[in-house]
Amino acid sequence: MDSQEDKFILGGRELKSRLFIGSGKYSDDRLIPSIAEHSGAEVITVALRRIDFESKTDNVLIHIPETMQLLPNTSGARTAEEAIRLARLSKAAGCGNWIKVEIISDAKYLLPDGYETVKATEILAKEGFVVLPYISPDLMVARSLVDAGASAVMPLGAPIGTNRGLKTKELIRILIEEISLPIIVDAGIGAPSHAVEAMEMGAAACLLNTAIASSPQPLVMAEAFGQAVAAGRKAFLAGLGVDQTIAQASSPLTGFLHE
Amino acid sequence: MNKTRGIYEELKPYRNFDYDGFFSGLADKDIQTILAKDQLTALDYLALLSPAAEKYLEPMAQKAKAITLKYFGKTILLFTPIYLSDYCTNKCKYCGFSALNTQPRKMLTLEQVEQEAQVIASTGLKHILYLTGDAPTISSVQYMKNCTKILTKYFSSVGTEVYSLTLEEYKELYEAGVDSMTMFQETYNEALYDDIHVAGPKKDYHFRLDAPERACQAGMWCVNIGALMGLDEWRREAFFTGLHAAYLQDHYPEVDINISVPRMRPHTGDFQPLVDMTDMNTVQYILAYRLFMQRSGITMSTRETVDFRNHMMGIGVTKMSAGSCTAVGGHIHKNANSGQFDISDERDVEEMKKAIRQQGFQPVMKNWEPLVGES
Ligand code: SF4
Repeated sequence: MDSQEDKFILGGRELKSRLFIGSGKYSDDRLIPSIAEHSGAEVITVALRRIDFESKTDNVLIHIPETMQLLPNTSGARTAEEAIRLARLSKAAGCGNWIKVEIISDAKYLLPDGYETVKATEILAKEGFVVLPYISPDLMVARSLVDAGASAVMPLGAPIGTNRGLKTKELIRILIEEISLPIIVDAGIGAPSHAVEAMEMGAAACLLNTAIASSPQPLVMAEAFGQAVAAGRKAFLAGLGVDQTIAQASSPLTGFLHE
Repeated sequence: MNKTRGIYEELKPYRNFDYDGFFSGLADKDIQTILAKDQLTALDYLALLSPAAEKYLEPMAQKAKAITLKYFGKTILLFTPIYLSDYCTNKCKYCGFSALNTQPRKMLTLEQVEQEAQVIASTGLKHILYLTGDAPTISSVQYMKNCTKILTKYFSSVGTEVYSLTLEEYKELYEAGVDSMTMFQETYNEALYDDIHVAGPKKDYHFRLDAPERACQAGMWCVNIGALMGLDEWRREAFFTGLHAAYLQDHYPEVDINISVPRMRPHTGDFQPLVDMTDMNTVQYILAYRLFMQRSGITMSTRETVDFRNHMMGIGVTKMSAGSCTAVGGHIHKNANSGQFDISDERDVEEMKKAIRQQGFQPVMKNWEPLVGES
């Protein structure tokens, strides 16, 4: 495929960058516009529980550039019911109809609850939300999410905040092969090389927060990630050289079959 | 609901443990090995609380800083306490509200709660923690529910720090809109506990020890525990607090378990701390706990000094109180009764926000959206 024609359309919106960023861990929300600019990201996730809709000064939303696609998330929700409640609140408060369903009932490892996620996705998709569910990379859960009306699937590369990279690589690869929706790798990406790896495999996009926010130079790191995601995508489109695991004998042993 | 053995049983093996023997058996290489690990066992945690680990505070701090940054980012959540009532039927030797003290008592009327809430809310705070003394017939569960109803109008998160309640009562508060619970065991040392709680319902060690677990069972989103440092040998109290937190996190994975590290402060009454806990000890406790319970929140109150709080932001602490006043009605009446204890960091919310920013952190005012209740 010609990379010039590589369009990425999600929830009806065409996105130029395949890097999604988070907003929750910066030393100052006022950094957000520069992070967005340096990274080129067009989608930003915001924890609904952090938004103070009433406050004019302490409201993270005022720092998000208008051109960006807001992806509110339901962090804090432990059940489908709670996630749905947050999603509806988000829509009613004017945060649009995109929602990252994040349901975590395990504060120890912060792993998502697939079963509750499917339940919430089904209901929210019916209500017209563009649902991007965050899951452990489980093929059966991902298939149920397709049926439930998700717009993409967001498997974790490693548990949240671990910066460990693609620990779940083989499982994500299966999702990329089997699931018709965009696969957006979320959580665990700690270095630009991890993002390249995910994109080279064929992930549609990457979402990350800690790796940029915890860098001593977040703006430079934002730029590095923007480039990494683009480079990984380009490599995927170009087609990686095939790993030759079986040596090609110069005079094939089975050549006689064709004689 | 999970079947549990209960925290009392869980702590049993460590009650008669040979702490001195364990500490004296630790060599430098043991501490170094533990510092290289990703996950610590309970005894690893104890080793980091040991005198032998004292010379490793810097590498511990480096690691604690990196872990805190990964899970919490460059943020500090702000909250403030509101004292609803200082009536108390207990005789706790170390507390200014004790029935042993003959000061006049006060309980806020619902109108006054509303006024206090308005004053506090005008500072921009969204997380509030209400406290009462232990007088169930006066500051009853019904009174707390009425107050909660008012507080939820102004705050996105309402926490309770009151006497030990039953499971049913915690459920009632949760339904009314309380999302977090704080309960300090004061001391895990049962004999000492009995000695310093001279009389009153709080004397029941077990009922208090099990209270955080009941709050978890009631559905609370966040449960905060701690020992009052200054009552018993700090390494042991820190160890038991960590074990308690780990127990709760293991059995109630859906609950956000936090600890506080309150050190004794001057108050009305003449009780002096039984043991001294230095700044260095406090830092060691916080760092060891952070390495043991990596995703657990750590709260530091205004009991601590400005300088100390400023320095602790980067290396483990995730929540701080601000603009605190420990007297009932203290936000609307400057000449209110004397408080539960004297605070040390008197910065108001704006000053606190500024200080947090100066440390390179973001003050977070809101980190919760009510998921139950009427709102
Ligand atoms: S510590 Fe609590 S129970 Fe004890 S006297 Fe003080 S207010 Fe009352």
